[in-house]
Amino acid sequence: MRVMVMVKATKDSEQGVMPSTELLEAMGKYNEELVKAGIMLSGDGLKPSSQGKRIAFDGPKRSVIDGPFAETRELVAGYWIWEVRDMAEAVEWAKRCPNPMPGPSELEIRPFYEMADFGEAATPEIAERFDRLREDAKKR
Amino acid sequence: MASTDINSTVETVFRIEQARLIAGLTRMLRDVGLAEELAQDALVTALSEWPASGVPDNPGAWLLAVAKRRAIDRLRRAKMQERKHAEIGRDLDEDRGDDVERRDAALDDDIGDDLLNLIFIACHPVLSPEARAALTLRLIAGLTISEIARAFLSTEPTIAQRITRAKKVLQESGVAYEAPRGEARVLRLASVLEVIYLIFNEGYAATAGDDLVRADLCGEARRLGRILIGVAPDEPEAFGLLALMEIQASRLKARVGADGEAIPLPEQNRAQWDRLLIRRGLEALARAEALGGADGAYALQAAIAACHAHTGRAEDTDWAHIARLYDRLGQIVPSPVIELNRAVAHSMAFGPEAGLALLAPLETEATLRGYLPLYAAKGDFLFRAGRYAEARAAFDKAAGLSRNTAERNFLLKRAAACGPARPVMR
Repeated sequence: MRVMVMVKATKDSEQGVMPSTELLEAMGKYNEELVKAGIMLSGDGLKPSSQGKRIAFDGPKRSVIDGPFAETRELVAGYWIWEVRDMAEAVEWAKRCPNPMPGPSELEIRPFYEMADFGEAATPEIAERFDRLREDAKKR
Repeated sequence: MASTDINSTVETVFRIEQARLIAGLTRMLRDVGLAEELAQDALVTALSEWPASGVPDNPGAWLLAVAKRRAIDRLRRAKMQERKHAEIGRDLDEDRGDDVERRDAALDDDIGDDLLNLIFIACHPVLSPEARAALTLRLIAGLTISEIARAFLSTEPTIAQRITRAKKVLQESGVAYEAPRGEARVLRLASVLEVIYLIFNEGYAATAGDDLVRADLCGEARRLGRILIGVAPDEPEAFGLLALMEIQASRLKARVGADGEAIPLPEQNRAQWDRLLIRRGLEALARAEALGGADGAYALQAAIAACHAHTGRAEDTDWAHIARLYDRLGQIVPSPVIELNRAVAHSMAFGPEAGLALLAPLETEATLRGYLPLYAAKGDFLFRAGRYAEARAAFDKAAGLSRNTAERNFLLKRAAACGPARPVMR
């Protein structure tokens, strides 16, 4: 299964405090472990929300909101995408991560939807749409 | 924490550590069967101690220490020859802090890595490909016997016996536990790649009704491929194989229709292809080429897969390029099946007559007798050449060979599109 492991933002990450040499080193080693275990697909760090934007939807209306955003703990400062056997494996690997922030911090693991999750319920419409897409592709 | 929770935590941690644990023990004991047994003993100890003590900070080191103690106990009990005892005892006392020495060894045309060595042993050519696959899934991927049995549509006793016999063969044939070098290494690596691709194809052959464990073999194989490039980062064909598997896996979702029928590549909804896996595949291919491996059998197949992956619409496919890649692949690993694919590529690039010309010699090929794709391709070439009566005969023949209803219906539909049956004009 594929999971996204999110590094939640903290006051430090939101202020753009760069990680210490020790942390960079520990993180480098940890990333190497993930690669060697064959579970790492991708991963990166994100700049503080002060450099981000939000698009708010309300019916047909769209408004753009500039960062920074409040609720620091709900923001994401970085992520990995892993391929693991189950959530238990993801949890064990996440526990091995060096604390990514100078202070208390959190990782959040969220599994991706897989085809099997949609099951029977979504099949007819989705299948029809895909069939149409296929037909369109053939016509073009 | 409830006892079932802690038990599953212990098992998960063990699964993560298992391959390296067995690899380290194998180096010390020169007996992969004994190494696996001791690793299991360590798991039993962990299951009894961790619920009270908690999971140690460095569970890998903890498990290794327990297994080493068990090894020494056993050796004492078994009263091994004095010399051997001393030798193994010395190895066991060696700390893991010999990194510098090992790095030097690695520079010295050595592999310098226990895990890679264990992979080489599990994939040793003295074993049958099936035995190698089972042993690799057991020792490196950490699958249980029951999982392997389900994945290979087999029974637990069969798989257990296959693995036991494999370990016995390894022990009796006196397989060297040293890393292979030079020419031997090339052959042994080829054996490793073959096993990983075999596991991948078992998963790829799984159908919608199959056990999920079976389809997951694709994931296990890709994980093994990634582990392999981690421990053998200079092997272009390891990257070539990984590239091939990542790109093929990118189409897993798109290749099955709502009714479980297979959707051929040109008709797949390309929006469903997994971009992340394609990107990873292209990166691995670039690495294989940078290492001088563009001409490797896996790299060439990956390049063909990549050519499709790059192309947004089926009709934009650069078939001339694909035909050239097949020409080269056919020179490196000549095989009737590759020749058939080459014929298809040539028919798409240069017209149906070009395909028919390459197909003609294959029709007398003994290994392709009764091979459905040969007749399906022939029907397609003839149809496109406007030779409908002959095309119909070929599609009918292919349909008669199919054991799958959806596939047979597809072929019969193509036969019907050729017009009414009538004797072939001579």
